[in-house]
Amino acid sequence: MTIDTLHFTPWAALIGGMLIGTAAALLMLINGRIAGVSGIVGGLLRPVPGSTLWRFAFVFGLLVSPMVFGLFAPLPPIQLDSGYPLLIVAGLLVGMGARYGAGCTSGHGICGISRLSPRSILATLLFMLTGMATVFVVRHVLGGA
Amino acid sequence: MNIFFSWLVGLIFGLGLIISGMANPAKVFGFLDIAGVWDPSLAFVMVGGIGVASIGFFFARRRTQSWLGLPLHMPAARDIDRRLIVGSVLFGLGWGLAGICPGPAMVVAGTGALKGGVFVLAMLLGMAVFELAELRQAKFGAKSDVTE
Repeated sequence: MTIDTLHFTPWAALIGGMLIGTAAALLMLINGRIAGVSGIVGGLLRPVPGSTLWRFAFVFGLLVSPMVFGLFAPLPPIQLDSGYPLLIVAGLLVGMGARYGAGCTSGHGICGISRLSPRSILATLLFMLTGMATVFVVRHVLGGA
Repeated sequence: MNIFFSWLVGLIFGLGLIISGMANPAKVFGFLDIAGVWDPSLAFVMVGGIGVASIGFFFARRRTQSWLGLPLHMPAARDIDRRLIVGSVLFGLGWGLAGICPGPAMVVAGTGALKGGVFVLAMLLGMAVFELAELRQAKFGAKSDVTE
């Protein structure tokens, strides 16, 4: 294993992670909700009266975050090389998988592990290992992008 | 009031994703590609996120309602079933293919990038497939092999 010292950004990652953790803590303490993006978005597809507006508001906050960031500093590079067919397949899998698995990187990975939920710890291990295995196959076995 | 805070929290969340590098698929690939030149940055995102969130949940657990007097929706599920396992593996597969998970998808779409919008639409479609399967199951009984 070789560490990518060129792209390694521990401080930015740590500070950004702490902001994400702050958001997760505040959403539970203020609104009593888990900051799991797939759960919040998925809930919009099964609308429950009185539980829709806050979901839209949260998603709207995510959507405007690049614009707000851009007011203070130039937006860091967002490099997305995948082609459209791959993006569509990946999007379908991410959407379906996150709902069947009852959570994604935020709901299980941040909130669930913070609550020491055995379900979330297992789910996080599973999707990280599967993600690593997928990248291994695509990059080193198939030799693609 | 809680609508405003939801927006603010979504914004803080998004800024965290941008600063941490999570919103950059190339960075996510750098983390998931352990056989290549490995960039462990995203492990630090997890450490920072879990470190702060666990303090929040520690205090939330001692409360009966939120600061705004709203009920605390703490997940109650405890059992490890096939849905959790199959779902998480499918999610990992999709995440490994594009390097995008749901939060960053919204941020990338928010930059106005068409690819981000397409990914979000596909993700919503995937979620809709789940909802339809659930509806069907509720109507026709437990026939699906996905549910235990």
